[in-house]
Amino acid sequence: MGRKLLLDKAHIEGIRYFDVYRKNGGYAAAEKALKSMSPDQVTEEVKKSGMRGRGGAGFPTGMKWSFLAKPEGVPCYLVCNADESEPGTFKDRYLMEFLPHLLIEGLLISSYALGANTTYIYIRGEYAWIPDILEEAIAEAHKNGFLGKNILGTGFDLEIYVQRGAGAYICGEETALIESLEGKRGTPRIKPPFPAVKGLYQCPTVVNNVETLAAIVPIINIGGDEYVKYGIGKSAGTKLISACGNINKPGVYEIEMNISVEEFIYSDEYCGGIPNGKRLKACIPGGSSVPIVPANLLLTTAKGEKRMMTYESLNDGGFATGTMMGSGGFIVLDEDQCVVRHTLSLARFYHHESCGQCSPCREGTGWMEKVLKNIEHGKGKMSDIDLLWDIQRKIEGNTICPLGDAAAWPVAAAIRHFRDEFEWHVLNPDEAQRRNFGLAHYADPLPVAAAV
Amino acid sequence: MAEEKKLFKVKIDNITVEVEPGTTILNAARNIGGEVVPPAMCYYSKLDGSGGKCRTCLVKVTKGSEADPRPMPKLVASCRTTVMDGMEVANITSPEVLEARKGVVEFLLINHPLDCPVCDQAGECDLQDLSYEHGVSGTRYEFKRRTFEKEDIGEHIKLHMTRCILCYRCVFTADQLTEKRQHGILKRGDASEISTYMRASLDQTNFIGNVIDVCPVGALTDRTARFKNRVWFLKPVDAHRNCEDPKCCGKTVLWMRGDEIFRVTARKDKYGEVEGFICDTCRFEKKEVKDWVVEGPRKIARHSVISQGHYVGVHKPQETVARVMDGRQPKLLMDIHTVSEVNMPQVDLSQLEGPAHSTDFPTNKGVQ
Amino acid sequence: MAVQFSEEKLNKVKEIIARYPAGKQKSALIPVLHLAQESFGGWLSADTMDYVAGLLQIEPIEVYEVATFYSMFNLQPVGKYLFEVCQTGPCMLNGSDDIIHYIKEKLGIKVGETTPDGLFTLKTVECLGACGYAPMMQLGKFYKEHLTKEKVDQIIADCRAQANN
Repeated sequence: MGRKLLLDKAHIEGIRYFDVYRKNGGYAAAEKALKSMSPDQVTEEVKKSGMRGRGGAGFPTGMKWSFLAKPEGVPCYLVCNADESEPGTFKDRYLMEFLPHLLIEGLLISSYALGANTTYIYIRGEYAWIPDILEEAIAEAHKNGFLGKNILGTGFDLEIYVQRGAGAYICGEETALIESLEGKRGTPRIKPPFPAVKGLYQCPTVVNNVETLAAIVPIINIGGDEYVKYGIGKSAGTKLISACGNINKPGVYEIEMNISVEEFIYSDEYCGGIPNGKRLKACIPGGSSVPIVPANLLLTTAKGEKRMMTYESLNDGGFATGTMMGSGGFIVLDEDQCVVRHTLSLARFYHHESCGQCSPCREGTGWMEKVLKNIEHGKGKMSDIDLLWDIQRKIEGNTICPLGDAAAWPVAAAIRHFRDEFEWHVLNPDEAQRRNFGLAHYADPLPVAAAV
Repeated sequence: MAEEKKLFKVKIDNITVEVEPGTTILNAARNIGGEVVPPAMCYYSKLDGSGGKCRTCLVKVTKGSEADPRPMPKLVASCRTTVMDGMEVANITSPEVLEARKGVVEFLLINHPLDCPVCDQAGECDLQDLSYEHGVSGTRYEFKRRTFEKEDIGEHIKLHMTRCILCYRCVFTADQLTEKRQHGILKRGDASEISTYMRASLDQTNFIGNVIDVCPVGALTDRTARFKNRVWFLKPVDAHRNCEDPKCCGKTVLWMRGDEIFRVTARKDKYGEVEGFICDTCRFEKKEVKDWVVEGPRKIARHSVISQGHYVGVHKPQETVARVMDGRQPKLLMDIHTVSEVNMPQVDLSQLEGPAHSTDFPTNKGVQ
Repeated sequence: MAVQFSEEKLNKVKEIIARYPAGKQKSALIPVLHLAQESFGGWLSADTMDYVAGLLQIEPIEVYEVATFYSMFNLQPVGKYLFEVCQTGPCMLNGSDDIIHYIKEKLGIKVGETTPDGLFTLKTVECLGACGYAPMMQLGKFYKEHLTKEKVDQIIADCRAQANN
């Protein structure tokens, strides 16, 4: 059994409510932080924990906090990014639905560390029932003196508000989120200035993911030094992985970052293998934006080592043979799935979600979708594959925000690793309408280059 | 004595320039001038907050600054990135930048109608210039382009959304120059459009006409001048008047033929930006020469198509042959006109009606 | 019909505006639009949007810009029950295409259309964050997950029964 820090109490009945949460050790970290630690000490503890942001980019949280500008007389804000919209990712929803007080406690400690007296939770609009859960929990925390004025007699004030979005993936990007929170279109801002200097209402702002903020609680409880002992190396702590696709047990799992990918997919503790005895074809281990990899590269790195569920190991080999941890949206494709079709579905997603502000993403995402549609529906040409490659290359890195990259990477990786499947689609347009390419050689062990 | 402001030293395409802190890379490049200036389709120095969207001005920062010499990982929008002391930037010296720019031009054009032959903006269109300088001749886009109905937004302005490249300049203009913005960007992604949503008229304010001048393409055109003439058949003339509106600079360009004023616009600099904004009264209602104090012909860049038929600053071509021969007398091996009947120098082609035929030329050789 | 919030909802609007610093009432736009959509027939007419602009003291175009940006705001009337079926990657892997096809057949409408009785509208949407419980759709405030043909039948029957009462 892997050790757990976030979901260890998720099974307790009624943990959603303050009394049960409190009885099971809840708000102890908040008391510890507010009563016995200075804000800087809290930040220091988070730095020591080595925790990396859980939203997808993996930037060390303590470092992000220390960048916050603190000019005199200007309020600063903490914003919780609960706009979970990356296909394959549904971990934050689980946290908020079942452990709302864990998030609120994390927000309280983090706001204290940052000196923020107003904190917003920006939640995606489709999660329409969760604001009620959160608001109820906030009201409970208020009643019990963990929110409002002069919390625990420390003189620290905090209000938490829940703001619903209205259906826009792009609002998961922190500056787009801030724009949306200001009641505008969710178009990302041009950086610099970064939110840490000019964010919400032009004031210094930190935007953190739900899981990141929840993880502050165990960090304070056990201390940063202890937290860093979980996981391997720079992948400190535990990570929520939301597993979906063709697996026996889809759902949200908390893993300690020291298990292998193979164990994660096949062990009964986690995904429980692939249904109907089918074989693994490919996997997107970190949410739809990260590169898709075939089975053989997923389970072992190009160096022939076992691939682990850590930031470093998943990234081993870079984009040529590796992928990314991303937001932990683990999508598994079995042998009967069509990579072209799947890529088309993701391209359609990014086309739909492009904000339209900058030209490469606005025009390029739609173009990619149209070309992929042709290939999928048997109207593709061989040159279309190269065209796709060229379009994604001209989007990647040339846009205002990372959505351009996120739209380009899935297409790039699909062509990089599954080019023969694309070619088969082009060469056998009729057959491709009736059946899928199948597993082919994608699970065959790859020759390992001799060590140099 | 005030302390002298410290200037930042920036190197763009290996040309060093000193600029004030806070200057953007694009403006530093404009200080140098010439080919190192990145093109800009959305940035407009007179509109706060503009820029960063079209991505044509991407450049590579090869050295961040003297203090932190690391290069920037991605290409940056030069219009929105401020310089640091010791920064080194590659624009036309970076193949990566040129490649990315080519890509951006292609993206901007895939949904552009390329109806230049009927577009009023043709000849003074930023997108035309951009594609001419940085684009490729063909397109790889094989799908239906997005189209919209043309719309009259008010008595004076025509919105032809199909041509729009979504630079947001007109939105900033309405925000910053008029009391009340009535049009904006609706929808998202490649469905985004400039619209009033309600098909409202924008006429209630006296400065909205400036959206026509800031528009880099023919998406917003002057209804009082539409289809009246091609810009290169008109003579641009600098003029001014004492405008009652204190916000109006009153300095304009009149686009004339004979004594007729076809169109009034603000004066644009070499980057296509207006020198000063003008009011709608000057633009749409003062179309008589007596309304204006004419200053003289406007200088038009030699490469512009407008300079055809606009004889300012024209140099007589030098007698190259004589100079190259350096006093030597070449021996004429054959005079083409002694063997061919057509195109005889004695016959003035412009005097003929219609295209020339062999019957237009005398049949016996050598006849005077 | 004049667009006008009830007293109770107006208080809610005030409460929402109070969440933001003074002068930043535009921040309340998205929550108030949600409220308006719920209150005025499940969609936002131009009148509704103008009304919201008035409440928040902003220009109508600022409301139009925002309302057209976000996919959850309906700018056309929709049926009483709006089926928003997810079709993105993970749902697709679990057969969302079949579910969409089945609903189309069952209701006799295409994607984006409303049944003649005004009860059902079918929309396809992109990822709703329920990938582990795929295929799924949103119906009103809640998600319907692990969809099968039988479950779709049941949902449609339930909606019809509810509408008849």
